[in-house]
Amino acid sequence: MDGKRPRSFYVLAAVFTLFLIFLYGPTITIAILSFQGPQGGLTFPMRGVSLHWFYDLFEQQAVGDIWGSFSRSLILGLMVMVTTVVVSVMGGLAFRKRFAGSGLLFYVIITSLVIPSILVSLGVGLIFNQLGFKVHWATSGFGSQLTWTLPFGLLIMFAVFNRFDKSYEEAARDQGASPWQTIRHVVLPIIAPSLIGVALFGFTLSYDEFARTLLTAGSYNTLPLEIYGMTTNVTTPVIFALGTLTTIFSFFVIGVFLLTVWSLGRRRSKQGSDAGKGMV
Amino acid sequence: MRLNRHVAGWLMATPLSLVLALFLLLPIGMIVIVSFWGATEFSIYPAFQFDNYEFLFGSPVTYSVFINTFKYAVVTWFFTLTIGFTVAYFLAFHVRSLTWQIALFLVCTIPFWTSNIIRMISWIPFLGRNGLANSTLISWGVIDEPVEWLLFSDFSVILTFVHLYTLFMVVPIFNTMMRIDKSLIEAAYDNGATGFQTLTNIIIPLTKPGIMIGSIFVVTLVMGDFITVRFMSGSQSANVGRLISNDIALLQYPSAAATAVVLLATVLIVIAVLLRFVDIRKEL
Repeated sequence: MDGKRPRSFYVLAAVFTLFLIFLYGPTITIAILSFQGPQGGLTFPMRGVSLHWFYDLFEQQAVGDIWGSFSRSLILGLMVMVTTVVVSVMGGLAFRKRFAGSGLLFYVIITSLVIPSILVSLGVGLIFNQLGFKVHWATSGFGSQLTWTLPFGLLIMFAVFNRFDKSYEEAARDQGASPWQTIRHVVLPIIAPSLIGVALFGFTLSYDEFARTLLTAGSYNTLPLEIYGMTTNVTTPVIFALGTLTTIFSFFVIGVFLLTVWSLGRRRSKQGSDAGKGMV
Repeated sequence: MRLNRHVAGWLMATPLSLVLALFLLLPIGMIVIVSFWGATEFSIYPAFQFDNYEFLFGSPVTYSVFINTFKYAVVTWFFTLTIGFTVAYFLAFHVRSLTWQIALFLVCTIPFWTSNIIRMISWIPFLGRNGLANSTLISWGVIDEPVEWLLFSDFSVILTFVHLYTLFMVVPIFNTMMRIDKSLIEAAYDNGATGFQTLTNIIIPLTKPGIMIGSIFVVTLVMGDFITVRFMSGSQSANVGRLISNDIALLQYPSAAATAVVLLATVLIVIAVLLRFVDIRKEL
């Protein structure tokens, strides 16, 4: 199978390229259109090139509370991220040994993954209303988003622990390490790169989540809710400008996470450390 | 003193169980309860009546909306599977260096971490009456005047679903493909199998778990959706999710809850059927 590539390679490579165009084309299109001139509309042709619509975003009254909702989404994303990492690691560790009810708990996790988002929104909203609590993005919104990020975090942790080489832990125990020491100095360093992955999922899924916060965010919108509101009453490219900015922000966040993983790996190979290697 | 492993397990799983109990199980319970309640124009009141279900099952709209929901799910499933399988197959078997595999795989997954709503909106300049698709087709002489069904139609709904959810097929299928022992494929070639025979006799059977997991994602995401259908059909088509969100907008929570219960039951049945073909815990 070495040497010349079969003809099917070129066909599939073409299909793959088309897929990437399909995947990124629309996003690139709105990025271009967000530089429309002040007279331009939602589609081509471009009527001049300007930063007009980006300036519009910075004028409060023009498009609602963009920056307030952005900072709320940012804080909420960080809250969800930290919680998802901690809870997923604990959950992952718990599931390494079977315990009474672990099978049932596993199915609850799967339910959390497959349940239509609007049901979580509706149910949590109803409970808060009937108990007389006010829905707020940092309480009800926060909890609702966790039902979406935790299953992903846990699935990653399950995958990690399925490949985990237990002999490292046994070695630690043989040398007299306590269970906590084993986790702190052996298990956590080995799974650290995957934790960055879990954090990435936690943050980005929260930052972009819409349906689960729809009825649980209360009177202060998160950014996706704000954008959703704009789709119904904004008919200018300002929405493309906003879309472009938040997509750039997402790319930036993803880049930071990927870079962290990459530099962790490099530092390790430089120091000849075998941390992060204990996977089979 | 060593803790009993059941106690230790539950101690570690306590935060997880608390979150799921409070924000998943309790809300589901609440929806079931409220689905038997009654509603006035402005408020809801506790009751135990089957009115909401009677109305739901008595209305012909319900059936057509459920059929529509299944239609979206099946068509989207077909396209995401075909495209997702092809992309994963290319990455796993035709890209030779691991670095390139990881890089191209990341390129495929990055959109997953960006906003769905933005990705939805970004189809508008493409599909609109004066959009890119129409103007390109006109300039090529394929059509004489703009076609209307590109945007705000079932076509745009399904196109958007495929755009948003193909990733959910690519990732699990690629994951299982990467674990196929390459010597099996060489053995097939050595025994004279054609590329197509290798595909149908070795790769597809061994990829089945990944296909099932991807299918679970796609089918549940499409069945539970309400925003894509509302937005991309220009409010002209309906699925069950929209039925629920319309009731919510009218503050008819009990009726929304009854529809939600039926939707949840439907989704869980579909998942239960799909799970018969795959042991998720083993496949991770």
